[in-house]
Amino acid sequence: MSQYSIVVIGTSWGGLAALTELLGGLPGDFGIPIAVVQHRSKESERLLPQLLQDATDLTVCEMDDKDPLVPGTVHLAPANYHALIDAGSVTLTIEEPVRFSRPSIDLLFISAGDTYRTEAIGVVLTGANEDGSRGLLHIVNRGGLALVQDPKTAEIPIMPAAAIKAVPSAEVLTLSGISKRLGQLAAVPGPTRRTVAR
Amino acid sequence: MAVQVTEAPSTPAEAERHSFKPDLERIEIELLLEGIFRHYGFDFRAYAYASVRRRLWKRIEEERLSSISALQERVLHDSVMMEKLLLDLSINVTAMFRDPNFYATFREHVVPLLRTYPFIRIWHAGCSTGEEVYSMAMLLREEGLYDRARIYATDINEVVLQRAKAGIFPLERMQEYTDNYIRAGGKRSFSEYYTAKYGGALFDQSLTKNVVFSQHNLVTDRSFSEFNVILCRNVLIYFDKTLQSKVHGLFYDSLAMFGVLVVGSKETLRFMAHEDAYQQIAPPEKIFRKIK
Repeated sequence: MSQYSIVVIGTSWGGLAALTELLGGLPGDFGIPIAVVQHRSKESERLLPQLLQDATDLTVCEMDDKDPLVPGTVHLAPANYHALIDAGSVTLTIEEPVRFSRPSIDLLFISAGDTYRTEAIGVVLTGANEDGSRGLLHIVNRGGLALVQDPKTAEIPIMPAAAIKAVPSAEVLTLSGISKRLGQLAAVPGPTRRTVAR
Repeated sequence: MAVQVTEAPSTPAEAERHSFKPDLERIEIELLLEGIFRHYGFDFRAYAYASVRRRLWKRIEEERLSSISALQERVLHDSVMMEKLLLDLSINVTAMFRDPNFYATFREHVVPLLRTYPFIRIWHAGCSTGEEVYSMAMLLREEGLYDRARIYATDINEVVLQRAKAGIFPLERMQEYTDNYIRAGGKRSFSEYYTAKYGGALFDQSLTKNVVFSQHNLVTDRSFSEFNVILCRNVLIYFDKTLQSKVHGLFYDSLAMFGVLVVGSKETLRFMAHEDAYQQIAPPEKIFRKIK
């Protein structure tokens, strides 16, 4: 079992292509649950999970409230809800948008950092706003790990650039570099005693 | 490995979170919720932990406090702070015809069932400020069912019920609601239902002629009648799974045979009490019929 228990990914503009490449580059036996916030319109339909599913051998599903986090499953936050990480499961809320976004990347990341601390990995990809940077800092402050798409390779560099500014220690990588790094991190065995009671 | 970032925290609350002791945080939250329950009677102890934690820290930051224990001190000695926290914890974000497709499906698949009843009793549990109650009233009126319907609209929070009764909603949301109304299959012009007044949109008061607004606590109160339809959308998401299941027991007991239960579009009945007693009508909408 890996040292890490959760990977949270946030992206906005350009996210579909970036997620397709990133998820497509993960090994089929990737053993950590993944939770994704991709900003999208309120009524955006069921197409996104299907498009991502076509790109990866991992299972992609849109979150329902209290869904258990499953290793190797990509849990996609639904449109018009915030998604929070609890110990072993997700919890949804419809509280007000944060920085104009619902789902909010910051809220996903902050909850992942609070719950999983040193076992959380936050990943910020392409996007045209600064959502995610506060959350990424929160993850690092809890002892977790930060990966950011190299802004030079991002469709829109604003979001990854803001994340790097907030977290200068973040590892800055290309999309295929992130896939490879996540694959390595999933393969590193961790201590048997977990910090989160489940 | 990641290096600790040592950027200076800008508020006391942020500073406290930086010196975060995870197990201590859980102890503090549990003590606060226990204190609120014993002193005020509001029971948030079985609420979903991640969202309670988020709401508590939001309040701490707004009050410029520094810890959950500091909030506890304020809440237990100041009932005004309790009222604020009550509003924080019972999230009151809603919209008219939220999820328009649900209303369109309700029209198509549930209204024909309701036509077979001489009298229709509806419980809207966790109605918040009432936007969705008014939405349902409009739908029933347009389908010619309103005069034989009674809607019991309940919420834990008296403040939001007063707002619901007043029927005045922000004018700036009328464009959004009009779009929702059209996509929900509305049969008239949405603007016929309100007039600009008192700095807001005052809704047609005849829409609440058959509505009873009343305080009810899903956590501690019992069933109060038998209904043909129970709506509880995006309310149980704030509860943990054990409490969710308990409330589903209450709904089951309160629903007539072949009655209809509606939950939010991202909620399920999986692992809930009486899960097997329901049949989903018209998926993916979360409309269920009690079949045993």
